[in-house]
Amino acid sequence: MMTQIRRKHAGNRIVELFEAYLLNHAHGLFSSLGRLTRTPFTSAMTVLVLAIAVSLASSFYIVVANVEQLTGNLESSNQMSLFLHEGITDAAGQKLMEQLQQNPSVAEVKYISKKQALEEFKANSGFSDALNALERNPLPSVIQVLPRNALEHSEDIEKLMADFKQLPQVEFVQVDMQWVARLQTIMLIASRGVLLVSLLLGFAVTFITGNTIRLELQNRQDEVFISKLVGATHAFIQRPFLYTGFWLGFISGFLGWLIVTVMLLILESPVEKLSTLYNSSFELLFLSFSEFLLLLMISAALAVLGSWAVLHYQLRQLKPQ
Amino acid sequence: MLKFEHVSKRYPDAGEALTDVSFHLQRGEMAFLTGRSGAGKSTLLKLIAMMEQCTRGNIFLDGQNISRISDRKIPYMRRNLGLIFQDYKLLNDRTVFDNVALPLVVSGYNHQEVARRVRASLDKVGLLGKERKHPLALSGGEQQRVGIARAIVNKPKLILADEPTGNLDPDLSAEVMHMFEQFKQVGVTVLVATHDIELINHLEHRVLTLDKGHLVAS
Ligand SMILES: Nc1ncnc2c1ncn2[C@@H]1O[C@H](COP(=O)(O)OP(=O)(O)OP(=O)(O)O)[C@@H](O)[C@H]1O
Ligand SMILES: [Mg+2]
Repeated sequence: MMTQIRRKHAGNRIVELFEAYLLNHAHGLFSSLGRLTRTPFTSAMTVLVLAIAVSLASSFYIVVANVEQLTGNLESSNQMSLFLHEGITDAAGQKLMEQLQQNPSVAEVKYISKKQALEEFKANSGFSDALNALERNPLPSVIQVLPRNALEHSEDIEKLMADFKQLPQVEFVQVDMQWVARLQTIMLIASRGVLLVSLLLGFAVTFITGNTIRLELQNRQDEVFISKLVGATHAFIQRPFLYTGFWLGFISGFLGWLIVTVMLLILESPVEKLSTLYNSSFELLFLSFSEFLLLLMISAALAVLGSWAVLHYQLRQLKPQ
Repeated sequence: MLKFEHVSKRYPDAGEALTDVSFHLQRGEMAFLTGRSGAGKSTLLKLIAMMEQCTRGNIFLDGQNISRISDRKIPYMRRNLGLIFQDYKLLNDRTVFDNVALPLVVSGYNHQEVARRVRASLDKVGLLGKERKHPLALSGGEQQRVGIARAIVNKPKLILADEPTGNLDPDLSAEVMHMFEQFKQVGVTVLVATHDIELINHLEHRVLTLDKGHLVAS
């Protein structure tokens, strides 16, 4: 009977401890937010600096994503352009085109005469007056060749290219894929660069939050000492500070997202205009919802990490006297 | 309850503050710790409160050796102590209620239990009507009583007070001492460091006297 009562009592104490623990967390979460609003100027400055770091990283990211989207469309095309010698007549050019059509590796061919090339260039470039002033047409005739899809390997493409180069009518061959490949390499470097810069900015978020928390800890030294003297654990003491760090990161993440989104909105209409000028269906890419959530999570996590590192170190140093 | 065995404390580049101190306080015993300024009274209390570590010897609190206690265990051990300071060490941006509740909150008591115990504690020191006030709106004697209420709210086994009457007039001092005697009545061990010889002579309790770090009378 007695042990039963005692056991029940012990169970109650555990439930009580757990309830108090949850309540303590909830209290920490909201009181730390309240504390931030009590020093609005300082908090706003910190959050703004953090938000700028977050928005820098994410705008680099979104720029690269947009350019990648653009180059992604080009990926499938490995179209070749065969530039013909100056002296080749249209008739000879047409004949060569028909001959190329017979090649089993070739899917499609298109002949563009010097004249057509000039017309097209005039229409698209906006230099028509300047081009009219030219005495003679500087553009060569071109045969555009689209290889069969089967030719995905670059060796096959290169072999075909070498064959075309042998042709006496052809001055030189250009594979569009080459510049696509180059562009893609550049994009690879760019996205690595974005990763490195983001890493750096992530460190900035971590350190700025850590330093803010360090100052906050100094301001509330008395509270820390007294709490320690009445038996508070480090976990208990650091909880509100960690929540402060969390809020700093979370709000900055949101604000950073807002900054990037506003910038993209400002850019949207000129980009659209440019896109129609180029007959392109390009649409500006915004941060997706999952990317937005990820951004919030990462900036909150980095801020908490920075706070935790500082607290872990500083709470040991702070000894009541 | 509290046992010192050949305890010495040396502060780095400040010489020895305590030298070979041994004594034993029984459960429910009340004692004064006295001596001149710089004799080592505060140092001795700090060793018990685990705010400092002794350089040599052993200190037993309720059978546990606290002289080599790990940092992780200190908070739990401190919950058995009630600490009272000359400068009260209250949080001035919190109400009297919140100040007294702090030891319970850090130990994870629920709302009702906290409220119940804080009221009981404030009642004991005669401050029941002042829960909503802030410490700076109280007199020195009242602030000290808030400090005392905070020290007893956790039902500690040992109360340590460092110059608790240093800032109080004789009447208030006598009142505070009377409170300590009441705690002793219910089985709490009380150790009070003080200069106030008159007060000590007036009350009949054990007196531990320190002189330059040596325990010369107990
Ligand atoms: N943190 C410290 N670092 C170095 N020396 C210290 C420290 N605290 C105390 N001391 C030295 O230890 C000795 C004892 O100091 P303590 O504070 O224990 O004296 P006390 O008896 O409480 O004096 P008082 O009556 O003035 O409060 C003194 O010589 C003091 O200078
Ligand atoms: Mg002292």
